[in-house]
Amino acid sequence: MNIRAQVSSVFHLDKCIGCHTCSIACKNLWTDRKGVEYMWWNNVETKPGTGYPTQWEDQQHHQGGWQKKGNDLQLRMGSKGASLGRIFHNPDLPTMDDYYEPFTFKYQDLTNAPAGDDQPTARPVSMVSGKPIKIESGPNWDDDLSGSNIYAANDPGVLQLSEKEQQQMFAIEKMVMFYLPRICNHCLNAACVAACPSGAIYKRGEDGIVLINQDKCRGWRMCVSACPYKKTYYGWTSGKSEKCIHCYPRLEVGEAPACFHSCVGRIRYLGVLLYDADRIEDVAKLEDTELAAAQRDMILDPFDPRVQEEALKCGIAAEVLEAAQKSPTYKFVKEWGIALPLHPEYRTLPMLFYVPPLLPVISKETLNVQKLADDFFTSLEKARLPLKYLAGLFSGGNEEEIKAVYRKLIAVRIQRRNTTVGDMSAEEAQKARDIAGVDSDMIEAIFRMTTITSIKERIVIPPMLREQAIEAGMDTETYKQEMGFGKRQPPKRRW
Amino acid sequence: MSWIKDIINPKARAWEEFYRNRNQSDKVVRSTHGVNCTGSCSWNVHVKDGIVGWELQATDYPALEDGIPPYEPRGCPRGISFSWYLYSPLRVKYPYVRGVLVDLWRKAKEEHEDSVAAWASIVEDPVKRKSYQIARGKGGFRRASWAEAEEIVAASTIYTIKKHGADRLVGFSPIPAMSMLSFAAGTRFLQLLGGVNLSFYDWYCDLPNASPEVWGEQTDVSESADWYNSKYIAVMGSNVNMTRTPDAHFLVEARHNGSKVTVLSPDFNMTSKHADWWIPVHTGQDGAFWMAVNHVILSEFHHKAETAYFIDYLKRYTDTPFLIHLTEKDGIYRAGRMATAANIEQYAAVENAGFKYLVWDEDLDQPKMPLGTLGFRWQKKKGEWNLQMKDGLDGSDIAPKLSLLNDSADVLLVSFDDFSSETSSVRGVPIQYLETIDGPVPVTTVFDLLMAQFGVDRGLGGDYPENYDDDRQTYTPAWQEKFTGIDRENVIQFAREWAATAEKTEGKCSIIIGTGINHWYHANLLYRAGISALMLCGCVGKNGGGLNHYVGQEKLAPIAPWSTIMGALDWSKPPRFQNAPSYHYVHSDQWRYERTADEMRVNPVAKSNKITEGHTIDQQIRAVRNGWLPFYPQFDRNPCEVIKQAEADGAKNDQDIIDWTVKQLTDKKMKFSVEDPDAPENWPRIWFIWRGNALMSSAKGHEYFLKHYLGTHTNSVAPETAEDSVKDVVWHKQAPEGKLDLVVDINFRMDTSAVYSDIVLPTATWYEKDDLNTTDMHSFIHPFQEVVPPCWESKSDWDIFKGLAKKVSQLSETHLPAPVREIVSTPLAHDTPAEMSQPEIKEWIKGECAAIPGKTMPGLTVVERDYVNLYKRYISLGPGARKNGIGAHGLSWQIEDFYDELIKTNPSVAWNGQCYPSLENAKDAANVILQLAPETNGELAFRAFQAKEEKVGMPLVDLAADTRAIGTTFSDLDRQPRRLLTSPCWSGLTNNGRAYAAYCLNVERLVPWHTLTGRQHFYLDHEGYIAYGENLPTYKPKPDPSSLQDLVVTHSDEQSIMLNYLTPHGKWGIHSTYGDNHRMLTLSRGCHPFWINDKDAVKIGVIDNDWVEVYNDHGVVVTRAVVSARLPQGICFLYHAPERTIGVPKSPLRGNKRAGSHNSLNRIRLKPNLMLGGYGQFTYGWNYWGPPGANRDTFILVRKLKDEPSW
Repeated sequence: MNIRAQVSSVFHLDKCIGCHTCSIACKNLWTDRKGVEYMWWNNVETKPGTGYPTQWEDQQHHQGGWQKKGNDLQLRMGSKGASLGRIFHNPDLPTMDDYYEPFTFKYQDLTNAPAGDDQPTARPVSMVSGKPIKIESGPNWDDDLSGSNIYAANDPGVLQLSEKEQQQMFAIEKMVMFYLPRICNHCLNAACVAACPSGAIYKRGEDGIVLINQDKCRGWRMCVSACPYKKTYYGWTSGKSEKCIHCYPRLEVGEAPACFHSCVGRIRYLGVLLYDADRIEDVAKLEDTELAAAQRDMILDPFDPRVQEEALKCGIAAEVLEAAQKSPTYKFVKEWGIALPLHPEYRTLPMLFYVPPLLPVISKETLNVQKLADDFFTSLEKARLPLKYLAGLFSGGNEEEIKAVYRKLIAVRIQRRNTTVGDMSAEEAQKARDIAGVDSDMIEAIFRMTTITSIKERIVIPPMLREQAIEAGMDTETYKQEMGFGKRQPPKRRW
Repeated sequence: MSWIKDIINPKARAWEEFYRNRNQSDKVVRSTHGVNCTGSCSWNVHVKDGIVGWELQATDYPALEDGIPPYEPRGCPRGISFSWYLYSPLRVKYPYVRGVLVDLWRKAKEEHEDSVAAWASIVEDPVKRKSYQIARGKGGFRRASWAEAEEIVAASTIYTIKKHGADRLVGFSPIPAMSMLSFAAGTRFLQLLGGVNLSFYDWYCDLPNASPEVWGEQTDVSESADWYNSKYIAVMGSNVNMTRTPDAHFLVEARHNGSKVTVLSPDFNMTSKHADWWIPVHTGQDGAFWMAVNHVILSEFHHKAETAYFIDYLKRYTDTPFLIHLTEKDGIYRAGRMATAANIEQYAAVENAGFKYLVWDEDLDQPKMPLGTLGFRWQKKKGEWNLQMKDGLDGSDIAPKLSLLNDSADVLLVSFDDFSSETSSVRGVPIQYLETIDGPVPVTTVFDLLMAQFGVDRGLGGDYPENYDDDRQTYTPAWQEKFTGIDRENVIQFAREWAATAEKTEGKCSIIIGTGINHWYHANLLYRAGISALMLCGCVGKNGGGLNHYVGQEKLAPIAPWSTIMGALDWSKPPRFQNAPSYHYVHSDQWRYERTADEMRVNPVAKSNKITEGHTIDQQIRAVRNGWLPFYPQFDRNPCEVIKQAEADGAKNDQDIIDWTVKQLTDKKMKFSVEDPDAPENWPRIWFIWRGNALMSSAKGHEYFLKHYLGTHTNSVAPETAEDSVKDVVWHKQAPEGKLDLVVDINFRMDTSAVYSDIVLPTATWYEKDDLNTTDMHSFIHPFQEVVPPCWESKSDWDIFKGLAKKVSQLSETHLPAPVREIVSTPLAHDTPAEMSQPEIKEWIKGECAAIPGKTMPGLTVVERDYVNLYKRYISLGPGARKNGIGAHGLSWQIEDFYDELIKTNPSVAWNGQCYPSLENAKDAANVILQLAPETNGELAFRAFQAKEEKVGMPLVDLAADTRAIGTTFSDLDRQPRRLLTSPCWSGLTNNGRAYAAYCLNVERLVPWHTLTGRQHFYLDHEGYIAYGENLPTYKPKPDPSSLQDLVVTHSDEQSIMLNYLTPHGKWGIHSTYGDNHRMLTLSRGCHPFWINDKDAVKIGVIDNDWVEVYNDHGVVVTRAVVSARLPQGICFLYHAPERTIGVPKSPLRGNKRAGSHNSLNRIRLKPNLMLGGYGQFTYGWNYWGPPGANRDTFILVRKLKDEPSW
């Protein structure tokens, strides 16, 4: 066994309110500079919708992630050797049209306009060319089903549904949307790392965070193509690629990443997962529908003495093991099995997991009168979104995985209704638990974690042992004395 | 295969410093955002190199009781983008004056040494005056020094006071709770001058009139944590996830604790996503849904099953057992006035008998007079104003009858209006005969009237519906289908689940309600329909229950000391506070474009009568004459001049002056300004705007503001149609354009109001000043702080008004050296004995009653102003606070000892031999507030409860006994937000971490509501309400587009489509703030788009992101379209409230002039029965009562913009 510890996350989509506070927390801190305006390390997408960059999920087009070739696993864009030939021309790279042309407004005209015969206005201008622009796209263009007949209808997940299902999704009876916040998945089998010709991308040993070394990056952009989630971006003034750094400077001082900290829906959970790195390759080669379960399976039990013993041998500190035991991610993913990876079929083994959303019941229209399904709560059978669509997102098409999660979430609600009101009987609660295959304690644990936990319980950051990391190469006392001295130097453009 | 690299070589990892450096800030300071969103989120602002870098939320709110999710983090995408403003090119860095004006000024100053004379030379020259008015909004700003800008403002102010009167100065700043000292700064300045401050809550159409109607409260709601206690939540017209971002998690988390969430909304929105049931009720028809829900609840849970909890609740806490007279005409009866003690011999002699109401005692089978009604509140003997069911005369217990059904004396046929079909139904109602002084008269209970009104057939005969499927009769589940489009079965199931949950949990059902309901013309009725379902099931005054209205309400927790400072009540009373809807309706001449409002408020069943007839402007005039509503300017002359004229006529003292004034009015020698608003002597003259966007996002009928207030260009083409339907108002053939001499805007960003103002003064942003912040969404108080000093030449609002005060005082040494007296008129006020002044509508002007100030007409007071000492008064907490104490809502207590203590322990100022607690800096004022408020000072909470106990006669001080030692200072708030203490100024109980829920104090401690009966009202006993057909909860249809006069001269063609124009609160701004911010524009569509249904879009050939022109008679908007199936057909959204300054092209339709914004497409319509006053809860309070600026009943046309936009 080659046990590793990774800082991993769960996003509870049922709790997401689609507010985008996370995106701005990230932007303010990291990507508010020239040349990186269009980078949204954290973004939130409306589903159904085409996302950012547009139709990023369409790997026929973007060629991201891995694919099985016989018994081999290959980058879909081609092996590293083959990609070297495309260094100067990479046809799979998304263009500015897939993102958007950053824009601003001539705000100063409002103050400085000379006296005239009409009111001044601040015209939109391109941040690339400085010239007036007609704004035709943005990083969140199809928010809340904006342009739904164009964008949502072209969601690669929607296009997989039958014609009839597709049509129904935009009729009032089944009309629905939910939100999908996305950051870098800090994958176990990261395609960006594999694709980098410069060896600039690495996954940190201590916490699994995937970083692009800004000194070493040569701007070849193979990572941009290789990442199926399109979470690496090319900085057009620095000539270097950048991506979500999981706010390691904040984690290192025990603070939640900015997007986690700022999440007012309280949907984000963070904690350490232990896994066996020796199993990565085997797991990544399984069938699409097996991937979610197999990834869950390779996560190790931090309470198991044998795991603990092995982990210590692998150099994982005791404090980190302790954090792994308190990890909410472990509970969601492994213990309760209600959080699933996004598009496991990309085979990167993403380490960000999602609890799928519950959605309102369907209705039926007769003579302009809507009749809603008569279920008391949202139900598995009457929910507005086809299971197939959710399975396409979170389980490589395996609908049983989605059903299993839903049954547990519904059992939680029924049990709590029984406890707090009593108009749903104990028998009903028992029945719901039986269907979901959970016991009452687990229900209470899920309920608690979903509702009343404070930030300290939702986000359990392992001690980063910085003094030990520094000590490996430098005297810590000297470090203390010298840290911070130096001039600010912007990243050098590579040519 | 594994990509993990244990790179430990520090050299190889050294680059990681790159991102660490960015993250390192030099200091972190707590502050917040002063925007009227009610979020009240505490933020940590990160400063690096002396520059604000970014903000992240504070997560250290004190915890509530165990088992409730914590309040962290709070914030939203708007708030977190605030730091963008500080250094952006939108920032106002220096004082600016319109070039044309500053040129005139500089020239005038060369000619006149005296600055007041210089100002006079400009405004008294019509050509000069017009020259800068016409330039308003059209660029050409010039930088000025603070000294110059202050001099212009002070000179024009003094000129106006001398020439026209201080009541021609007006200020607007909204929603004080969000930055209460910044609000208080300008208000204190204006009130010391004698100026006018406009209301905001009603103007924004955020005041839910149903709240005063039912509860006698402005608004009181639960904090958002209490949603988690609710087991059945109906969200209606409120997009919680979008607009209550920091609170939304409680709603979501409640689901996982077994609560059912239903969302009534026509569009599938962010909150619908979290519903179990998304109920796509047709726009504005939620009232019909709830009326039918009430029908089911009454039928099944009150009639068939007499649910004990519900019935007990109704008897104790509502007006349902009270007796109502039935009045007869042609053998058919109608519900009339409430029976009073004055009607029967037994009680007729008691004090305030006409305001003590009766119930029917079950055991004695006779009427009784329970405690707690209005007459007990204002009688000499204290301690009988409580909700004990005891007789007011002999203290005996009363067992009130809810219904007279069993053992009724008779059953009479009573007529009930059906406004939905313009008919009425005659239904049998059980009665008793009340032996009155004039003989026996039929009475019934409010409950029996409700049963009949809602159509619950109890075998009494008449036009009752046969069953739930009877769609001809109100208010069956089948009936509502026609209006809501929701299946009857769903309504029945909803009602059963609702009532069953309430019964099981003793009232844990709640409604979260918002602008989607409150902005309709008939919003008060929509609200009452929902509130009825709450009251019928015992859900009000319960944790997890109640009506949670979250529409711009906020909550200024330390209300008592703050009011004193804000209104300058420590120096003189009464203040001049005006309801803005009436002000703007009248002064911006919007009434001139309204034929008559009859089409809209038509009462199709009841015959038109003298109460309901006439044009709204004439009803407005009646409301002012009768003292129901305030109005400024007051009279057709300077209020100082009134004193001089009276004295010239021999008046010797204040009373003589008042008598003289009354005589002038009754002799019609002096007019109220409202009677002739277009005469120059009645115009407002100088407008101070701060903390708000009064000319754009707050300017309903914006194009009329531009025309009549500013005198600049307008895109309105509406014809003036009022002439033939007005009677009392003076009609001028030519409407004035450019009433205002000067518009001063205090701002940190160049928004539309700034662009259209004459003077723009740079203010500190929310990260550059000290202030206090509270809300009703949570129960904490926390600060703004000066994270960095005010940037460039900006100053805090407190310091800006202090500077203006200083300059006014300086110039006054020459111009107003001695104290000046003037007369102040004020309306009959809520929470005072004036609530008993007009039980009937009688007009002195028609000779129906004597003209008595403060009773049949406005109150009149002689007030003295001291302009030379204005500045000193501004910075000193005056002796009035020490002498009169402080208070709120009709409750007050002494603070002498605390006042003296403040002088010792806090900074103080001394002048003229007296020493005062200092208000010199905002932080000083904050400390005064914190140390005097019961919500932050435990000892004062105890004292305030003592005062309340005395009034009510029930034990209350125990609520404050455990927290007496708590004190709070501004520095404490820097450390951590503090939880507010339980206080008698509010109605929730927060002891021991309990979540705040409104009216728990009333329910648990038997403290009366501030209503006629002291109970919650289903029945609104007011002559006017009876005349308007709104005495019982009812349904009135949405006004028809043809009656709205939005499209008189604008006609549709094949390229356009007519849609109901809705302006809900949006995702990418808080009102107009943030909507112009780069972050928000990037995450949305780089503009404020027009949302339209996909099928509607096809009809006019519009595809997503096409430019469209949206227009009606009032104005035009040009923007890009969002085509989405998320919206139903027939409606459109232009999310509230874009600036017209950001990326707005010109309109080909209106002469290629710059297109407008959302308020360019509307005109306000005042609902006249909300002007009524002088009786019970229908008595004026600032931001408490009055017609709101309803704006949702508006229709527009939209077409594709023909060519590329021109700029």
